[in-house]
Amino acid sequence: MTLDDEILQEFLAESRENLDLLDRELVALEREPAGQQRIAGIFRAVHTIKGTAGFLDFKQLESVTHAGENLLSRLRDGRIKFTGRMTTSLLAMCDAVRQILEAVEQHGNEGEGDYRSLVDMLNRLHMAPSALPPPNGVRVPLTLPPPPLVPTVDRSSVLRESPPVEQHLELREVQVAETSVRVDVGLLDRLMNLVGELVLARNQILQLVDHRDATFAGTSQRLNLITTELQEGVMKTRMQPIGNVLNKFPRVVRDLAYSCGKQVEIEMEGAETELDRTIIEAVRDPLTHVVRNAIDHGIEMPDVRVAAGKPSTGRLSLRAFHEGGRVNIDLSDDGAGIDPERVKQTAIRRGIISAERAARLTEAEAIALIFKPGFSTAEQVTRLSGRGVGMDVVRTNVEKIGGTVEVHSVLGRGTVLKIKIPLTLAIVPALVIHDNGERYAIPQVSLLELVRLEGAQALAGIETLQGAPIFRLRGNLLPLVYLRTALGGAPRGIAEDDVLNIVVVQADDRPFGLVVDGVSDTGEIVVKPFGREIKDVSVFAGATIMGDGRVALILDVLGVAKRAGIMTASRERMRTDDKALDASAKSRQALLLFQVDDDSRIALPLAKVARLEEFARTRVERAGRRKVVQYRGEILPLIDLCEFFGNGHTQELTESLQVIVYAEHGRRFGLVVRRIVDIVDETPDIECDAASPGLFGSTTIQGKVTDLLDVVSVIKALDPALLEKRSAA
Amino acid sequence: MPRQLCTFYLNDLYLGVDVTRVQEVIRYQEMTRVPLAAPEIRGLINLRGQIVTAIELRARMGLPPRPEDRQPMNVVIRTNWGNVSLLVDEIGDVVEVSEEMFESLPETIAAGDRELFKGLYKLNNQLLLVLDAERAIGITEGREARS
Repeated sequence: MTLDDEILQEFLAESRENLDLLDRELVALEREPAGQQRIAGIFRAVHTIKGTAGFLDFKQLESVTHAGENLLSRLRDGRIKFTGRMTTSLLAMCDAVRQILEAVEQHGNEGEGDYRSLVDMLNRLHMAPSALPPPNGVRVPLTLPPPPLVPTVDRSSVLRESPPVEQHLELREVQVAETSVRVDVGLLDRLMNLVGELVLARNQILQLVDHRDATFAGTSQRLNLITTELQEGVMKTRMQPIGNVLNKFPRVVRDLAYSCGKQVEIEMEGAETELDRTIIEAVRDPLTHVVRNAIDHGIEMPDVRVAAGKPSTGRLSLRAFHEGGRVNIDLSDDGAGIDPERVKQTAIRRGIISAERAARLTEAEAIALIFKPGFSTAEQVTRLSGRGVGMDVVRTNVEKIGGTVEVHSVLGRGTVLKIKIPLTLAIVPALVIHDNGERYAIPQVSLLELVRLEGAQALAGIETLQGAPIFRLRGNLLPLVYLRTALGGAPRGIAEDDVLNIVVVQADDRPFGLVVDGVSDTGEIVVKPFGREIKDVSVFAGATIMGDGRVALILDVLGVAKRAGIMTASRERMRTDDKALDASAKSRQALLLFQVDDDSRIALPLAKVARLEEFARTRVERAGRRKVVQYRGEILPLIDLCEFFGNGHTQELTESLQVIVYAEHGRRFGLVVRRIVDIVDETPDIECDAASPGLFGSTTIQGKVTDLLDVVSVIKALDPALLEKRSAA
Repeated sequence: MPRQLCTFYLNDLYLGVDVTRVQEVIRYQEMTRVPLAAPEIRGLINLRGQIVTAIELRARMGLPPRPEDRQPMNVVIRTNWGNVSLLVDEIGDVVEVSEEMFESLPETIAAGDRELFKGLYKLNNQLLLVLDAERAIGITEGREARS
């Protein structure tokens, strides 16, 4: 890069920052026109652009900014009064400057734009109220800025020689700026790539560690730590405050509200929240879209608002914050809210769902229809939003970077849109599975749980519904996808199905089970792009390099679901067939198997089990005759089943108690058992009458005789007051 | 300046690409299959941390598959969007050619095959076909997209 190029690049970057500042400040100025200091700041920003433009010989740019500067200097000196028209003109000047800069960047010249009318308007604005001829160049007595405290890179010195000298205010800010260095984004990306390489090399080294060689083990340990720290450090350099995106919004909001004839105020919080820059780029468009939507569809016209008893100015609030390793962005408005009925009607009209199904949707489900492709509630398509590529594109884009979007709305009160996005894309935690001879990585964000079925259970666990395999997971139907067939392979023979590994994943709010050959490992993977030649294979999100140096593909769960038809056909089918399945579901239920001594086997319905807990024996306290533990802010009475069913054996004193937290008659009890055995899906047909009190009878489960527990009768026998007390209350 | 071609053999053909387009030539690497991708995509290889797609040039040109016992070589080609590897049978020398040796393809060669070549050079003892690297890499649509 030649020196001229460098100066030019620097100028473009700096001017862009200045323009963003101008947008922000001008809008703020319109709200509180009194801020002299603010006007001075705006003036300085314009002046800087003008000065450098003159230095670099950009005539158009200079004339436009000069006109703006003249107007601002009058304002600053208090010679004219600030009006709304001035904001509009000054913002138009910003746009003109942007346009010119863009042309400069792309073609190296100022472009064809004609800005004479803008210049005229700016001139008229400052001429009109003041009869005095404008004196040339307002000079205020100044002190020169002190030399920078930190030595700076020489390349910017040319710029510093440029005219602006009116920098006597806010010197502090100048110094802050100089403790940082402008770094080329490409360089940061390369650094990040190298660190990714280092992480992989580190992983490989760690696999080679032979613990008999203490020096090598020690060194590789240090390498491990340093790599991790370096990785964190480099990631931090790529972090940018989300404010870089948010700061554009006051201007967007103003322009939009203006053109819709609405009054909207935006407030932002957490602009300093940091995110990886690739993610910042990725959320820019979705966020802009939802902000536009909120103004276009959410906030009502001022008269409607007043009639509804709200202030005429609508409020839009954007809040960004870190939570659980992710960044949340909440956008709330106090507008009209989303009418679930109207959403349903529109969805039916657009053929997104059937009227019959719409009738069965809950309010939340109905509102979620706005994310469907082809949906747009705008009564008429406006310039700003509502082309039917709205919210579904927002959702797709957010999900593409591993984020989620939720919407909550109260009719007449407003809408909250919650966007959750990961901090970084470059390095993600993932589960590594293998199938059909290859390894694949599944990002943890889409992972819900792992289920492993063995033996007869594996075969019996899978039911088929119109050809689609389904697994019943704790009473809920989970559509299954065989990864092998989803990837175009031949289906696996049933005979081999001794062990079935189901990776329960979530795509588009809808869980499904991915059947794979085996689960290998979890770990951090470095996401690498792969060639354009395979970009169109939508089931893969990218590739990564494993510890052994080989490439593994990263599965795009949403892509797999779409390919397997989970998202469309089977989803519709599942809904309509819910009822048919309900009937058969009644006969089968999930049972929890436990023991009270070494050879007992007792079952109880899982549906009534709230949790399985382990309490230290020391936590048991007494309340009257009852044994209790304090549990989640309540007193949990314990029913010792070992004691109840125990046949005279004295219970050995273990350190902890296995407790089934059980809900009955609207309150919770802790059932103390010896150990939890299993959870099964069975049809509990009583084959043999109760052999002792507290049981319904016996059945065979997994080929073994199992007693069915009658909790109520046990409680009645041990402590009848427990049930009565609640029923009296 | 005389033109230099990196040459290689494929079935019974003697082919060359401009040497400036070739990043490097490496021996056979283990590959990770890419299900659902176009059939000529043989897999992904790890080239010092960069993920490179390997394209079977035989399949691309409609030639019979390589005998099982012969392992292909990777000719890694630089492109604007990353490197791509072409799988070939054997590597030849870097050959210097001059413009007077150049000739466009004879009309008799079928249209489908023609598009992959820019022309040929008449060497002393054989003909050297010039591969159009862009076309050779330009992949037909993936199976998924077609279905």
